[in-house]
Amino acid sequence: MPGFIPEAAAQAADARPAPLDLVLRVNGTEHRLTLDPRTTLLDALREHLHLTGSKKGCGLGQCGACTVRMDGKGVKSCLSLAALVEGREITTIEGLAQGDQLHPLQAAFIERDAFQCGYCTSGQIMAGVACIAEGHAGSPQEIRDWMSGNLCRCGAYDHIVAAIQDAAGATGPARGG
Amino acid sequence: MHPFTLDRPRDLAAALALRAQAGRNDAPAEYIAGGTDMVQLLQEYVRQPERLVSLAGLLDNRIEIGPQGLRLGVAATMAEVAADPAVVEQFPLISEALLNSASPQVRNQATMGGNLLQRTRCPYFRDVGYAACNKRAPGSGCAAIGGENRWHAVLGTSDDCIATNPSDLAVALVALDAAVEIRGAGGSRSLPLVDFHRLPAATPHIETVLEPGEVIAAITVPASSAARRSHYLKVRDRASFEFAVVSAAVALEMDGARIRQARIALGGVGTKPWRVPRVEAALAGASLEPQSLRQAAALAAENAHGRGHNDFKIELMQRAIVRAVEIAGARA
Ligand SMILES: Cc1cc2nc3c(=O)[nH]c(=O)nc-3n(C[C@H](O)[C@H](O)[C@H](O)COP(=O)(O)OP(=O)(O)OC[C@H]3O[C@@H](n4cnc5c(N)ncnc54)[C@H](O)[C@@H]3O)c2cc1C
Ligand code: SF4
Ligand code: FES
Ligand code: FES
Repeated sequence: MPGFIPEAAAQAADARPAPLDLVLRVNGTEHRLTLDPRTTLLDALREHLHLTGSKKGCGLGQCGACTVRMDGKGVKSCLSLAALVEGREITTIEGLAQGDQLHPLQAAFIERDAFQCGYCTSGQIMAGVACIAEGHAGSPQEIRDWMSGNLCRCGAYDHIVAAIQDAAGATGPARGG
Repeated sequence: MHPFTLDRPRDLAAALALRAQAGRNDAPAEYIAGGTDMVQLLQEYVRQPERLVSLAGLLDNRIEIGPQGLRLGVAATMAEVAADPAVVEQFPLISEALLNSASPQVRNQATMGGNLLQRTRCPYFRDVGYAACNKRAPGSGCAAIGGENRWHAVLGTSDDCIATNPSDLAVALVALDAAVEIRGAGGSRSLPLVDFHRLPAATPHIETVLEPGEVIAAITVPASSAARRSHYLKVRDRASFEFAVVSAAVALEMDGARIRQARIALGGVGTKPWRVPRVEAALAGASLEPQSLRQAAALAAENAHGRGHNDFKIELMQRAIVRAVEIAGARA
């Protein structure tokens, strides 16, 4: 956890470095932003683009609540600096449904009751979509292995695995990717 | 995060000219590649560089296999290398070590270069709330010696630092005699990976032989039949998404039922990826009988030195060697 911050460091952090102009492509739309170079992709999404579906659990790569897709692959947005992912195609949970039509995995999460508090859920779904697309949803064991970067403090794991299995079955087995 | 200037150079020459240096906490300028280790360290004020130089798009990411062996462009991601069909077929040890590392998301982001240069997971190094850490703040002491040291090294330690190198990939690569191609403003040099990381001795804050303005550009692994008959055994506290308590990378050349040549490297026990030549020599010509494996593995413990909580690693690493050799030996 980002906990103790020495006083000198906290003061120095107030001296803001020169901001950078950059363009982020999120859910098919280009956004021009001027950001402090220290801004992570997660903070750019939440604080600057107001896409608050991606959550910050740890900010250190350990929980997966911030998972988004970048050029089709699941990544932890808290570990990327926004300025270094210019030009990449970023999809967040907000970009998953088609209008009112939920993505099959979103529907399966509701059907299977695959959450309690819901804090980890958007990250679980984004990682689950990648897990299915990359062909790693062949068995409960394989799903558990490939979903191990996403923690759920409420312990909804059994239902999450079931939802991913359902959605993998519905969208057809994309094995071998 | 401490404020820094972020450079996104157009080409490698421009990046090298900024003289950043990896693996050294007092370097004023640092590179960033996939960012998966660097951003964590910045978030926690463990690294406070004045300048961060992005390597994104500047280095080769190709994965090439030829009669000479394997060449990995250092910008290739962990996921790309782990899934590459030729790597899976000819160098399964590398793929196994990578698939047993981190999480799928991190593997999509992290590069080969960043993996070899990731910093130790010593909890005192990563928590600036502890004043004593020679690696983070030279001369400040070592909180792990006499502190919680279950995760720490038993080989290659000094009285100034007992931190392990956490990379699984590096352990597999050292077993396979890999080399790194280092590029600087003055040209290129190639170095066996086993000589790339430095022992802590009295200067644990200097982790590698890299000079300011140098990067790793590629990793090369010589072709060998042993690379196929191999196994990466990772012993850890939970089944996935965890660093190694102890790991053993083993590659065998067999002569019928006997071992002709064994190559073995250990993770989780050394201050750098740890090759065990004495064990390898004892295994040459040996059968796969548990008794002879056990005798050979005992040689890994020569000069091993526990600090209390980590004493169990000395026995565990021998068992890991035996198990990994048995599994590799049973492979067709
Ligand atoms: C939650 C989590 C779990 C993990 N579990 C494991 C695990 O089980 N096993 C394991 O092995 N690893 C594990 N890791 C570590 C992970 O493998 C590294 O963070 C990753 O490989 C670093 O690569 P990167 O490209 O993101 O490097 P960065 O974070 O960008 O850089 C890391 C360091 O390398 C330097 N650097 C990068 N490229 C070069 C280059 N070409 N030349 C010179 N210097 C360079 C940078 O200056 C920096 O000092 C884990 C990480 C996380 C976040
Ligand atoms: S073991 Fe090394 S990294 Fe850990 S506290 Fe001691 S000096 Fe620091
Ligand atoms: S917030 Fe990114 S992994 Fe926890
Ligand atoms: S539903 Fe609460 S953390 Fe997963």
